[in-house]
Amino acid sequence: MNQMKNFTKGFIKENPILVLCLGNCPTLATTSSSLNGMGMGLATTFVLIGSNVFIAALANLIPDKVRIPAFIVVIATFVTIVDLVMQAYVPSLYATLGIFIPLIVVNCIVLGRAEAYASKNSVLSSAVDGAGMGLGFTLALGVLGAIRELLGTGAVLGHKFIQGDGILIFILAPGAFIAFGYLMAIVNKIRKA
Amino acid sequence: MEYILIIISAIFVNNVVLAQFLGICPFLGVSNKVQTASGMAAAVTFVIVLATMVTYLIQMYVLVPLHIEFMQTITFILVIAALVQMVEIILKKISQPLYQALGIFLPLITTNCAVLGVAILVVQKHYNLLEGIVFGGATALGFGLALIILAGIREQLELANIPKGMQGIPILLIISGILAMAFMGFAGLV
Repeated sequence: MNQMKNFTKGFIKENPILVLCLGNCPTLATTSSSLNGMGMGLATTFVLIGSNVFIAALANLIPDKVRIPAFIVVIATFVTIVDLVMQAYVPSLYATLGIFIPLIVVNCIVLGRAEAYASKNSVLSSAVDGAGMGLGFTLALGVLGAIRELLGTGAVLGHKFIQGDGILIFILAPGAFIAFGYLMAIVNKIRKA
Repeated sequence: MEYILIIISAIFVNNVVLAQFLGICPFLGVSNKVQTASGMAAAVTFVIVLATMVTYLIQMYVLVPLHIEFMQTITFILVIAALVQMVEIILKKISQPLYQALGIFLPLITTNCAVLGVAILVVQKHYNLLEGIVFGGATALGFGLALIILAGIREQLELANIPKGMQGIPILLIISGILAMAFMGFAGLV
């Protein structure tokens, strides 16, 4: 039961981007379509689980003073693994996400969970926390991507919902800011009501 | 001429914050006053130029000759983290006023993805050292420009009556969206 709560807290209550407001750069940059957003989310989830597990296991061995650089090395290792795997197996997605794959290393969600959760909790809880947070991130990116895709092209994941060309600006940079701003405002409104 | 093109493209056309989405966190986080925004912009410029130079040299003279380019992410982030710490220590020793002006921003810069982003982009775009430095400097100026514009708007925004759900980050995102639209006007320039 407790692990279940631990797992689902990242979805809505402590959603890393919509509520905690961490990791804004990939959120804005990779949500030009739902698929890209979810691809980015899953890559980040893998890094989160991997780094959370390793950091929880090593927490007692790492001296307190150098813990941040040590965490960064662990995270960067997992980012490199994701980078190489994606380059080999999903080259088209890798090309679209581009520079934001290596930049997972400076995503505040990953370092934030390492510092705030994994360094103080057991390996199992940290793995669950990483998976929950990562999937919450993926969910938010997927939703934002779907909204932008729907408004921008009228179709989501290849299914046409609105006739016509759509509002192109939502696929472009300004649409990212505006769609994300409104989504966050709606979530704020629901949470406080 | 080539350098002028790099500069205009990096500041206006491909503005690092408004078109490429790098460095959003400090853009939203330290833009509440024009004065702090200028301090942050100066600190970022300083670190980006230095980091671009150092990471470029490491890429060309260490990673490529040893054929370990896959170590790029790990090496760059460690170098940047160490560099920021070093700059902080050196500034504290040699120039107290400059340290007081920039000091508080320096620890924040390690997690600014614009620094790592520029370092990786310079390698990807096959720039030479001078082009890389010009690109880094211009990108940082573009960051400063966007940051100071937003800070100016935010100072006025204090007087506005914003709906409750919109307060805080959401309204900033929407303002950034409108700014990004304005910057799209530069698209035909290069």
